[in-house]
Amino acid sequence: MKKILIAIYIFLIPSFVSAAPTAEVLHWWTSGGEAKALQVLKDDFAKQGGVWKDMPVAGGGGDAAMQTLKARIVANDAPAAAQIKGPTIQEYDEEGVVSPYNINEVAQKEGWDKLLSSQVANHMKCEDGKSYCAAPVNIHRIDWFWANKKVLDDNGIKMPTSWAEFNAAADKLQAKGIIPLAHGSQPWQDATVFEAVALGVGGNDFYKKAFVDLDLNTLGGSTMVKVFDQMRKLKSYTDQGSPGRDWNVATGMVMEGKAAFQIMGDWAKGEFAAAGMEPGKDYLCSPTPSNSGYLYNVDSFIFYKNAGKDKVEGQKLLASLMMGKNFQKVFNIYKGSIPARLDVSMADFDMCAKKSNSDLKTAGSKGGLLPSFAHGMALRLAQKGAIQDVVTEHFNSNMSSQDAAKKVAAAVKASL
Amino acid sequence: MIWLKRNLPKIVISPSCALLVWFVYGFILWTLYISFTKSKILPNYKFWGIDQYFRLWSMDRWHVSVSNLFIYTSLFLILCILIGIVLAILLDQKIRAEGFLRTIYLYPMALSFIVTGTAWKWILNPTLGIEKFFIDIGFENFTFDWLITPGMSIYTIVIAGVWQSSGFIMAIFLAGLRSVDDEIIKAAKIDGAGVVSIYTKIILPMMRPVFMSAVVILVHLAIKSYDLVIALTSGGPGTSSDMPAVFMTQFAFHRSEIGLASSSAIMMFLTVTAIVIPYLYSELKREDGKK
Repeated sequence: MKKILIAIYIFLIPSFVSAAPTAEVLHWWTSGGEAKALQVLKDDFAKQGGVWKDMPVAGGGGDAAMQTLKARIVANDAPAAAQIKGPTIQEYDEEGVVSPYNINEVAQKEGWDKLLSSQVANHMKCEDGKSYCAAPVNIHRIDWFWANKKVLDDNGIKMPTSWAEFNAAADKLQAKGIIPLAHGSQPWQDATVFEAVALGVGGNDFYKKAFVDLDLNTLGGSTMVKVFDQMRKLKSYTDQGSPGRDWNVATGMVMEGKAAFQIMGDWAKGEFAAAGMEPGKDYLCSPTPSNSGYLYNVDSFIFYKNAGKDKVEGQKLLASLMMGKNFQKVFNIYKGSIPARLDVSMADFDMCAKKSNSDLKTAGSKGGLLPSFAHGMALRLAQKGAIQDVVTEHFNSNMSSQDAAKKVAAAVKASL
Repeated sequence: MIWLKRNLPKIVISPSCALLVWFVYGFILWTLYISFTKSKILPNYKFWGIDQYFRLWSMDRWHVSVSNLFIYTSLFLILCILIGIVLAILLDQKIRAEGFLRTIYLYPMALSFIVTGTAWKWILNPTLGIEKFFIDIGFENFTFDWLITPGMSIYTIVIAGVWQSSGFIMAIFLAGLRSVDDEIIKAAKIDGAGVVSIYTKIILPMMRPVFMSAVVILVHLAIKSYDLVIALTSGGPGTSSDMPAVFMTQFAFHRSEIGLASSSAIMMFLTVTAIVIPYLYSELKREDGKK
């Protein structure tokens, strides 16, 4: 009996004594550069006297994470913060599990409206854009070409500035037995390539109408057919082993010179860096052809409804640190993205990140700054999934472009 | 005291029974209810009607999943049982090193479906595995690209599943064969029956209960199969090797369509019920009749 009592005490005591700001954080940054990047935040948090409870989830997909997260939210025991982004933030808010927006006070005090571009800020706000309920940590650009410099030089190819140029280059490479496009045909990767093509072939307005406004006529229209035509071409530039391949394996093919190009977000840079390769020297980065378009993915943390002073203080401290200049800089150098905060010096970043940062501003002024649909920034998950299903089905079968466009419109309509 | 003695088994059983009722049957009912709601990212308890079922059956991806399920389940069932019986009969011939061989065939069972799936993914990958092997040794036109061919990829899952489970079915049948009374076989031999007819006319018909266990185990394995699909093809290429369990997880946890996912779960549940219950009923009734 005594032993049992002691055991109970041991379990209970810590929960009585911890009055320090506490934050339990659910994330899936568990490997390599991402883990290092997050360590910066953990250290900052501890320095300010906070208690960080890590809730890491291995594996990028995070099936188990989403299950745990949802179960805990339903049980009224939500973690302080979770790595949730895009319209899913507002979707949670509509379920009433985010208010009373504990971090809004911090955001107002620190003037986040001025620190963030309005587009990014809008993604972070709940309650119809009135209150901040999430903090952004980075901006990833999706529409990138990554290329092996040596392969391109050997074959006299420059980074393509139009899709026609790319097709010509790809034909040339294929004739020489080099795989033109390293690709892993997993649904999300198919969608990643698809949105880059849609932005380039269709243009900024088309992209916005189709994937932001979900205009059914645009989704099933003739421009969409052209986008699918180009996808069919790209399929012929991939190799047989592509279905199911992981994205980093595809990046490896570019590094080895087995393949020339890859279309992938700027996290691919981490793979090149890990292999000791340098941008401009060993590999090249340039946006996929488009009219000053820029597809962004903003990673962010949502702050759920939490009660208890230590937890609320923990949320506030965490939000403030995430938006801190130091964290935004160090974190993004590790992660390969650029800071969400506008006033961070880009001096220590590599050339690809600098390019991303300057393109971001140009795109903003030309109406080309658009949310990535493949990475869940443009649409809610139901619609995103509906489009992705058709894209991946088309890419992996003989479906005609006309049928695919029709199916996209029908699938979106059914999911609404 | 006597009361306690008489009721002890019931008392001991009741907590686990209560837990089962709640966590299995209770949640089946919960899922059933959720499938009648408009639940999106989180469960929502407002009644909506059977619209989720209409949505479900209007989706191409669901139809693909269902037809894959029937292909997979029937092939998996038939092949596992056939291979299992043949192996068991061969092992039953009082051969040398039987224990060793039995272990070899049973061993795949010790692997998780994830390991099986990953290994077969490499074996079947045209640029790494069998196809490359045959091309490298000189058969330049050899192709074996089921894994990346929509419409064929489901059969790769059958291959991996059968490889994994047929050893287990063999063990079940072997145990069944061993339990057959030697006297019966001797009697049959004296009557002049050959080996083949002893097996097909006497031993196998005596093993009905073994068939029943095998079928029930295999059918539920097949319908629930999730990890094998994820590891081997992730439902790809495209969504061509999707199965209902994969569909359900996708929609519940990646698509914020909990209502739709629940309706698909209920459809799976009904499928299992529709197959297993009549079978159990007929088999158990037969046993009752015997008594």
